[in-house]
Amino acid sequence: MDVEVGQVLPPYIREAGFPAWNRYAAVNDEFIPIHMEDAAGAAAGYSGAFGMGNLQWAYFHCLLRTWMAGTNGRIVHVECQFRRASEQHHTVAARGVVTGIREESGERLVDLDVWTEIEDGTALAPGHATVAFPL
Amino acid sequence: MPETWITDEMRAAVGGQHSDRTSMPISVSDIRKWAQAVYYPEAPPREYWDEEYAATTPAGGIVAPQEFNPFAWMTAAGPPAVDALGQGASTTELRLGVTPPATTNMLNGGMSVEYTGVLMRPGDVIRAITSLVDYAERELRLGLMLFTTTEQRWTNQDGALVKVQRDVLIRY
Repeated sequence: MDVEVGQVLPPYIREAGFPAWNRYAAVNDEFIPIHMEDAAGAAAGYSGAFGMGNLQWAYFHCLLRTWMAGTNGRIVHVECQFRRASEQHHTVAARGVVTGIREESGERLVDLDVWTEIEDGTALAPGHATVAFPL
Repeated sequence: MPETWITDEMRAAVGGQHSDRTSMPISVSDIRKWAQAVYYPEAPPREYWDEEYAATTPAGGIVAPQEFNPFAWMTAAGPPAVDALGQGASTTELRLGVTPPATTNMLNGGMSVEYTGVLMRPGDVIRAITSLVDYAERELRLGLMLFTTTEQRWTNQDGALVKVQRDVLIRY
């Protein structure tokens, strides 16, 4: 797979809201009022119920896997900080850009900046990732 | 607002192991449902639901997405007790037998994971040992914020390390 510094990954875009949150809550057993009830989300300072940080975490992994599809690449490292929650009726995009390429222990390691944002560019969770491809 | 949220008792608890969980054996169905949820509304990649196709991939079969949680719903210990500690703000201190800070709010501060390349496969039993790594404080817009870092080490039934994950809980 051809990779170069500055390469922008195709974004992983999903609608924020109960259809996605309910499904994720069901597999992660994450039934918490702030993710289920508008009153609880509002009490926490949001417009209503808001999405799980863990789901944004999963979206980072989906972003990387989708980009590496068809290769023998693997995810080595992912990290992020949750700065803002994803609120209903917004579109969340997980994005990434290649920041470095290096060789280590027989693998080609690719470092990336990754982040999630909503449709107006407001950042939700900035982060970094490293993936590896066999040499 | 206190001058510090971190008591001597809390500081002395750093390094303590507060959780040791073992999963039920991972099932193909668990993996399929997880993949359907995180790829919704699109269908997940075929290697997460088609066993015949997955057998032709480098993984040699269906394997779990890296962020998969094998401890959801129930661990090998069985259904959690009605009064079991959940994912509350004070869980770490209470498990360590320490008085928790008198904070009233909590936020997920972030996560950091190193994957070893050892995959989680159907039938695997995963063990996660969680330790308290650090307490730190910062004065921010919402006041004095307590940052608590814990570390989980996941191994499979063969003792192979699957991943090391650090989680940051923010309380104020």
